[in-house]
Amino acid sequence: MPSLDNMFGIHATALKLREQRMGMIASNIANAATPGYKARDIEFSSALKMAERGQSPETAIQYRIPVQPSLDGNTVELATEQTAFAENALAYRSSLSFLQGRIGTLTRALKGE
Amino acid sequence: MAENLSIFDISGRAMAAQLVRLNTTASNLANAGTVSGSEGTAFRSMKPVFRTIMGEAGKATVQVDRIDNGTTAPVKRYQPDHPLADKEGNVWEAAVDSAAEMVEMLETSRQYQNNVQVLATAKGLISETLRLGQ
Repeated sequence: MPSLDNMFGIHATALKLREQRMGMIASNIANAATPGYKARDIEFSSALKMAERGQSPETAIQYRIPVQPSLDGNTVELATEQTAFAENALAYRSSLSFLQGRIGTLTRALKGE
Repeated sequence: MAENLSIFDISGRAMAAQLVRLNTTASNLANAGTVSGSEGTAFRSMKPVFRTIMGEAGKATVQVDRIDNGTTAPVKRYQPDHPLADKEGNVWEAAVDSAAEMVEMLETSRQYQNNVQVLATAKGLISETLRLGQ
């Protein structure tokens, strides 16, 4: 019998991390024209492992290595960021539907249908 | 002191900055081809310089730091029949590179669209999260 704390498994932690990563990629897209800005991202799997051990996932923040850095020192590449954002949004949505399923199961169990 | 930025702050402020950039481009293009009677009063193109605002937890947004004048100088042209010509018969053309401004306009518009897209996706995901369990 799982306790209420881990009823939602890894997906509660994952959803929080996905939200944080979405903010970071949005920051990169926002700074697409700022001279000297270095794009950053979270290495998701190690951040998730750290979050599960109760550590802050901020140590998993890394600078993105650009394919072709621009002259003004900006390392944001919109194609890369858009792909990462889309991938992250999709993963957020899948975590959300796993949670939805679990909540549905619990509600049915509570109602005794 | 790093502030806690929401995704609406990040993309919203970026959109505001891009709008300033679009406005300066519009001013530059509107003044392209204008002439003046002295080098000092001739129009010089404007260019906003962006600066990163760091937030908590690796988040960051952007704001317009200052608006610089371009490095290109107004072009002197000898045209004694021009009503604005000085004693030597010279006028100065505005220092605006129209092609560069058009490129700038396209880039601004694309980056603005990107921020709108980020905002729309984030809004959708947040409202889906709100409906969780219903």
